[in-house]
Amino acid sequence: MERRLGRIKAKIKRYRKNPLSLVLFILVTASACITFAVLLFIIGFILYNGIPHITADLFAWEYSSENASLMPALINTIIMVFLSLILTVPTGVFAAVYLTEYTKKQSKLAAIIRITSETLSGIPSIVYGLFGFLFFVTTLKWGISLISGVFTVSVMVLPLIMRTSEEALRAVPESYREGSFGLGAGKLRTVLSIVIPAAFPGILSGIILAAGRIVGETAVLIYTSGTVAKIPSGRDFMFDSARTLSLHMYVLSSEGLYTKQAYATGAVLLFIVLAINRTSGFLAKRIMKGNKGWRK
Amino acid sequence: MKKQIERIFENVIFLAACTSVLCVILICLFLFSSGIPAIGKIGLKDFLSGTEWNPGDIPPSYGILPMILGSFFVTAGAIVIGAPVGVLTAVYLAKFCPERILKWLKPAIDLLAGIPSVVYGFFGVIALVPAIRNFLGGNGYSILTASILLGIMILPTVINVSTEAINAVPESYYQGSIALGASHERSVFFAVLPAAKSGILASVVLGTGRAVGETMAVIMVSGNQARMPSGLLKGIRTLTANIVIEMGYAADMHREALFATGTVLFVFILIVNLLFLLLKRRTE
Repeated sequence: MERRLGRIKAKIKRYRKNPLSLVLFILVTASACITFAVLLFIIGFILYNGIPHITADLFAWEYSSENASLMPALINTIIMVFLSLILTVPTGVFAAVYLTEYTKKQSKLAAIIRITSETLSGIPSIVYGLFGFLFFVTTLKWGISLISGVFTVSVMVLPLIMRTSEEALRAVPESYREGSFGLGAGKLRTVLSIVIPAAFPGILSGIILAAGRIVGETAVLIYTSGTVAKIPSGRDFMFDSARTLSLHMYVLSSEGLYTKQAYATGAVLLFIVLAINRTSGFLAKRIMKGNKGWRK
Repeated sequence: MKKQIERIFENVIFLAACTSVLCVILICLFLFSSGIPAIGKIGLKDFLSGTEWNPGDIPPSYGILPMILGSFFVTAGAIVIGAPVGVLTAVYLAKFCPERILKWLKPAIDLLAGIPSVVYGFFGVIALVPAIRNFLGGNGYSILTASILLGIMILPTVINVSTEAINAVPESYYQGSIALGASHERSVFFAVLPAAKSGILASVVLGTGRAVGETMAVIMVSGNQARMPSGLLKGIRTLTANIVIEMGYAADMHREALFATGTVLFVFILIVNLLFLLLKRRTE
């Protein structure tokens, strides 16, 4: 206790001699406090206002103008995430494999691929939405439908999957590959049964992050998958319009008729996204630990 | 046989790798080919510097200057609010934060990045808009509201990229400054930060891109009136909002004008991205 007091006293003395340092220290600490206060406030506010309004009605199987159920939107979201990942995960992971295993870091093509992927990740979601509307909806004549939404969203999360997979693959120690080659395995075998499994938690963390991004997206989907609050069914279900959860949230809050339901939907949406986000963070942390363990 | 499989696999992953190139080409092709003819018909000057957007009038007017200025003011406001807080928070995370707190703060930043933009927008509508209306006047749907909200939304981008830039500065800069008798704060601000300058600038540029492109949250809090900005507490419409709001019912020339709005937005974004890449390259 006394030692601590002494340390604080010494600090005060130092700051007195050097007021600028104190000002800088206060600025930095205050900024950090603001950032985290804002985060806590937003999450707290949404959950606090939303949770009391969550009712069984909200999870009714069919949407009606009375219950404003989020169930169809929730199921549509799951379908959307699932189908998009089917398209984008193999593409993204294979692209990352190409970049890390099959080409030199300095090669021209790799540079072009990297630049395009960075360009893609900087494009805002509304531009993707516009592109999806022009290409999938209009030119390919798929209409405003689930499949148009799936393809557009897949293009959007592709750079995310590519980047996280590439990082994960690069983190695999060179000795794994050398060991595999040394035992007589070919390149394909090394990649598929040594490198990818070793990088798997990192790849998975990226995939989950992408899922979170898809769940949260709105502007991309408003004119590609549309706003019909029904679960697509039948033979041509891919060509039905399907509203996802965040779009549902947007429609509810912009109509202004369903304030309570909007609060509750906001809380549910936030909860889902945060849960997805934490899962991804947890996995990412685990690989870091795993790698350290190997080095020892 | 084995060689053949290897060859096939190699081709498959090569195709996968080219997907991103193909996507960029398609996006550019479709956005430009649908926007440029409309700009040609309206006239580049009338389109970019026209102050009236009245697609329903006879004759209709398609000037997007109000929206360009709207995007500009909202983005500038977001940078003024978000960038200093973000950069200083990054300094805190990189140089001041004790290890045991950092463990908690890092995931918190990821959470901030993970919140969907419609949730931000909803938060803006139920918390920020009434607050601005009660304390500062106006109806609450304003440039200021959108700027504050966007300022919050760009925080994680600014913080993450800045933290990386600060951490990339060699430790010797800091040690040298300490050895010369400077305090911890002075060493960080006058020896380390100047060295991380271009990385920090890159973080702000990336934040600018995010703010320009943000759509849903801005639509929900900025009022969306397609007129010239006339004050911090007055509503405006951004380029992104213009597309989403009117696309639902637009037809013919009106619709093409919206595509052209998208093209202009896309060009802005490409410029911002290019700037970011250049700055990042300089850091490396």
